[in-house]
Amino acid sequence: MLPTQLIAELKSTLGAANVLTDKEDMITYSFDATAGMPSKNPDLVVCPNSTEDVVAIVKLANKYNIPIYPRGSGTNLSGGTIPIEGGIVLSMLNMNQILEVDQDNLVAVVQPGVVIQSLNNEVLKYGLIYPPDPGTVTTATMGGSTMECSGGLRGLKYGVTKHYIMGMQLVLASGEVIKWGGKTVKNVSGYDLTALFTGSEGTLGIVTEILVKLIPTPEARQSFLAVFDDVDKAGRCISAIIRNKIIPATLEIMDNMTIRTVEEYAKIGLPTDAEAVLLIEVDGYRESVAREAEQVLKVCREEGASDVQAAKDDAARDKLWAARRAALPALARVSPTTVLEDATVPRSRIPEMLKAIRQIALKYDLKIGTFGHAGDGNLHPTILTDKHNAAEMHRVEQAVNEIFTVAISLGGTLSGEHGIGMAKAGFLNMEFGPAGVDVLRRLKEALDPDYRLNPGKIVRRD
Amino acid sequence: MSEFQSLQEVQHEVNKCMKCGNCQAVCPVYQETRQEVGEARGKIKLVEALLEGQIAVTEGLADRFLLCTTCGACTQICPCGVRFDKIIMGARAEAVRHKGLGSIKKYAFTALKHPKLFDFGLKTGARFQSLAFKRVSDKGGRARFPIGIDRKKIIPALAKVPLKDQLPEIVHVAKPKLKAAFFVGCMTNYIYPDMGRALVDVLTANNVEVIIPHDQHCCGTPVYANGEVATAIAMAKSNLDIFDRTGADAIVLDCGTCTDSWKHNYVKLLEQDTSGYKEKAERWAAKTYEISDFLVNVIGFTPENLGPVKRRVTYHDPCHVARSLGITKEPRLLLNSIPGLELVEMNDPGRCCGMAGSFSLTFPDLSDKILAHKVKNIAATNVDAVATSCPACRMQLAGGVENASLQHDVVHVVQLLAAAYRAKVQPKDQAAK
Ligand SMILES: Cc1cc2nc3c(=O)[nH]c(=O)nc-3n(C[C@H](O)[C@H](O)[C@H](O)COP(=O)(O)OP(=O)(O)OC[C@H]3O[C@@H](n4cnc5c(N)ncnc54)[C@H](O)[C@@H]3O)c2cc1C
Ligand code: SF4
Ligand code: SF4
Repeated sequence: MLPTQLIAELKSTLGAANVLTDKEDMITYSFDATAGMPSKNPDLVVCPNSTEDVVAIVKLANKYNIPIYPRGSGTNLSGGTIPIEGGIVLSMLNMNQILEVDQDNLVAVVQPGVVIQSLNNEVLKYGLIYPPDPGTVTTATMGGSTMECSGGLRGLKYGVTKHYIMGMQLVLASGEVIKWGGKTVKNVSGYDLTALFTGSEGTLGIVTEILVKLIPTPEARQSFLAVFDDVDKAGRCISAIIRNKIIPATLEIMDNMTIRTVEEYAKIGLPTDAEAVLLIEVDGYRESVAREAEQVLKVCREEGASDVQAAKDDAARDKLWAARRAALPALARVSPTTVLEDATVPRSRIPEMLKAIRQIALKYDLKIGTFGHAGDGNLHPTILTDKHNAAEMHRVEQAVNEIFTVAISLGGTLSGEHGIGMAKAGFLNMEFGPAGVDVLRRLKEALDPDYRLNPGKIVRRD
Repeated sequence: MSEFQSLQEVQHEVNKCMKCGNCQAVCPVYQETRQEVGEARGKIKLVEALLEGQIAVTEGLADRFLLCTTCGACTQICPCGVRFDKIIMGARAEAVRHKGLGSIKKYAFTALKHPKLFDFGLKTGARFQSLAFKRVSDKGGRARFPIGIDRKKIIPALAKVPLKDQLPEIVHVAKPKLKAAFFVGCMTNYIYPDMGRALVDVLTANNVEVIIPHDQHCCGTPVYANGEVATAIAMAKSNLDIFDRTGADAIVLDCGTCTDSWKHNYVKLLEQDTSGYKEKAERWAAKTYEISDFLVNVIGFTPENLGPVKRRVTYHDPCHVARSLGITKEPRLLLNSIPGLELVEMNDPGRCCGMAGSFSLTFPDLSDKILAHKVKNIAATNVDAVATSCPACRMQLAGGVENASLQHDVVHVVQLLAAAYRAKVQPKDQAAK
């Protein structure tokens, strides 16, 4: 139970409508998009309208010694917004203004509650785009995706969220406000706070303004579907494309299980007997797209694609990408619980990773479909299971553990883009070792000694 | 069993939800409130908690189940195929089973301060006096006209003579190719008889005999949509009996929501009936048509008898016509077939207008905010008329357009069509209204 005095103070600062206390509302903030996580009701949900509001909330939380969990749209896949120790959920969605679009400096200033697609819709008017595009562009917020350092389909050529963050305004755990960065292309003053705060999952500070880089909209694009009867060939093709100095905007893979499931669900005309397909898109100036398109076709054939086709028009292109976007939902329909992993390896190791995942599926008798951002080495092995089946869930745990072990042994990482949150906090040791985890902990404690902000995520107090 | 009878029936739909949040992108309620409980995902979490016994049916819970326009946009976009339309109906019915209508009466049924409406309410409700409406009211069994329409600024003048009193029970044509029974919804009867007359004109122009049983009454949507299943079942049975007596080949309607009752919900409400009503409901469900569906897909409508109607028109897709019935092409085909009429699509024509029956009463501010998006999209088209296929949408849009000081007429598709038939017969008469 929270002190009634705290609730009264919050209501008088923020207005009663921005402070939720009913149990019915608490239940709706007890979870996020992550499967297989415990739900936990917060004690309070507050919805600030300004940086000053956030400061006031943090100060009150300090006064009453209560944790705060920043939350955007709650679509993260690592249990990053679950208020696991109880306390205050800080819903940032009312701070949803695009404050500035600066065409001369190619930047925009946004509040954290802006949905990524809304920013894109706005800057498209100026012929610009904000490239990071997670599968949730139409729902996820700028704040949430900044704090997860989200990737997406265009990561290979355009990079991920951190490559577009030029500055922030943050409220620290102490209640102090800091602002850093700016509209300059170059900036080496002090330590690199972009690197520190982007992807910090709300554990180091609450972002209340974000300065992001924009780029011109590519003039043209061309998509392809390449079909392989052997995963190894698909894997070699990925490396060959890059070796030939073509950097597609998007280079995605789907394995046989995913292909069959998507086809059954969406009836798009995918080759269900293929062992793997690659979905490729090159973009840029018309001339360079034409040139790269020829090379993509050539390389795919050379690497043994049993079929490769360029999308004839926009409709054909849309169909291809609809197939890719259908991967997760189609797999998710197969069984009640969908555990989506995010292990990432150097792209040259993709064939090994794919094979390892297949062996793990056999070993633990699990259904696993794999798809993902092959060009980035970022695979999404997706385990189709049922949380009510305790025995199977135990095998799922073991399988996940083994997937992580393999990824790291191949020179990879636990998470390419979904973050550590609660879901993977226990595995950090595997990747960083005790001394490495200790560095993370010391960073956390330097900025948030009381674990006020998003406790239980990334590094835990033990 | 259907979701109206047992909450267990939606367990499967609840399990399918992977909590991805994709429904946020389309939910008109969530986009205004930006609170989890607005979107389908939040309400599904509540139903899950209810099914798992973590929470009981409280007034607070019942209130939150009302926070939905039942627009169906989430069901349409959901990548996992979650039928939220079923979940929400099941949840509301469960709330009423536990709490009685008490939990929602304060909003949904207290509507009628308007004296005239109250009269009509008496007329409509008399048949069901002994049923739930009596329990419903705060002050002595009043609210019997169950649609939520007491918002001052949008309430249109009530018709001096309700439609059913204007028309004979049978409107004959020379050599009828079909006999259609016209189910006159409450709003058409009491507020928009012009729509109903237009429907009759269009049907007769197409050689269809129209039967208008005078004892028909409210279809029951406002009742079951708020979870009151027992009364809705009684109303469904009574309407089925009344229409059985017509011997018509089909039922034709000008309201998507009433059509949805006849086509889908009567069958579900009566799923467990063993006295023949289930079969009756199924029989009529197969012969129930929204007017544009009937014209285009049943009687082979052709444009040859249409005269010119010179108007720029945009079309609003009512949620229940576009998503519950899947009808979007037919009204546009009809509009496009009218000579001189130019159809201009607005942005997002299928976005909910925020009316949603008693929703607009329960949450008037929210309803207005949702409406504002629609009005903005309408204003951007530069048309002089807005067409739609639902009297409730018509009322909501007319209010919105008027409040925004726009000069549009808001009409049913069938009214423009009727004007086109008139223009052919009397070429001088250009009045499209
Ligand atoms: C179907 C599906 C597909 C997805 N596809 C992708 C994909 O392709 N690529 C990808 O990278 N991710 C993907 N994701 C994961 C998720 O969408 C992203 O991580 C997204 O950016 C999260 O945004 P959000 O607004 O929902 O943040 P939330 O989930 O609300 O929060 C994410 C984290 O940020 C913190 N946070 C939020 N706002 C603030 C703030 N203002 N200040 C400080 N901390 C804050 C939270 O505490 C939490 O730790 C997918 C998820 C789903 C369900
Ligand atoms: S209802 Fe569908 S779209 Fe919404 S969260 Fe559940 S699965 Fe996702
Ligand atoms: S039916 Fe419409 S209003 Fe209700 S939750 Fe779904 S999208 Fe929102």
